[in-house]
Amino acid sequence: MMHRSPFPRDLYAELNRLQREMQQAFDVSPSIRGLARGYPAMNVGGTPQSVDIYAFAPGIDPASLDVQIEKGVLTVAGERRADAVPEKATVHIDERAVGSFRRVVTLPDDIDPNAVEAKYRDGVLHISIARKEAAQPRRITIQ
Amino acid sequence: MNKEIADTTQTTDVARNEAALLPPVDVIEDANGITLYADLPGVPKDKLTLHVEGGNLSIEGELALDMPAGMDSTHAEVSLPRYRRVFTLSKELDADKVSAEFNQGVLKLRIPKVEHLQPRKVEIRVA
Repeated sequence: MMHRSPFPRDLYAELNRLQREMQQAFDVSPSIRGLARGYPAMNVGGTPQSVDIYAFAPGIDPASLDVQIEKGVLTVAGERRADAVPEKATVHIDERAVGSFRRVVTLPDDIDPNAVEAKYRDGVLHISIARKEAAQPRRITIQ
Repeated sequence: MNKEIADTTQTTDVARNEAALLPPVDVIEDANGITLYADLPGVPKDKLTLHVEGGNLSIEGELALDMPAGMDSTHAEVSLPRYRRVFTLSKELDADKVSAEFNQGVLKLRIPKVEHLQPRKVEIRVA
């Protein structure tokens, strides 16, 4: 059985949580899918050769992660199981996300969906998608 | 109010102005001690620093992502290169016996209670 403290937790912890939520709410995201910051948090970047997506999903078995690219949309889905709480234990702070998750990212048009690499290291899933040859910058020689 | 393990990150941040992300944590207490889990994705083992000093426990980690040369960031939700969180430990916790495991961005800390404060069964004799 899990006991939860009926009293408010430490005030500073509550203030910190509030501050974090505020920061997240005001951080403007360029995505058409809204401002909501889901789990896992994601960073997206790119070079002329590739598009790089980082999903911050700690403590997950990489085999349970599902990464798909369909019609220019990348989907990362998976599940994070809750750690078992021992009997007669009290949960004082409970902030870490648990449960199943799914996030989608619209990819640029010039990517090659067949040249994808995905690595999971230190709790971060790094997906690197190459851009199509034709879209890469080329120097034109003048004759 | 729970005073076993108090989050004092806010106050120490004033002293140290370096901006840092606040990692989410779970704190679970049982009869023998406290277990703390913290999510620090992107931090390799050698960039994680744990300090126990003067009744404070501080967790700090530097992010080290594997980024291709010349990458431009177009969207960043994890926008700072480090995590930091500080907790005050109460007296019944044995700060010298903290043990830590760090695996795929999840830190698990175990802080036992001082031995003489652990629950003991008291024998009652009927006279």
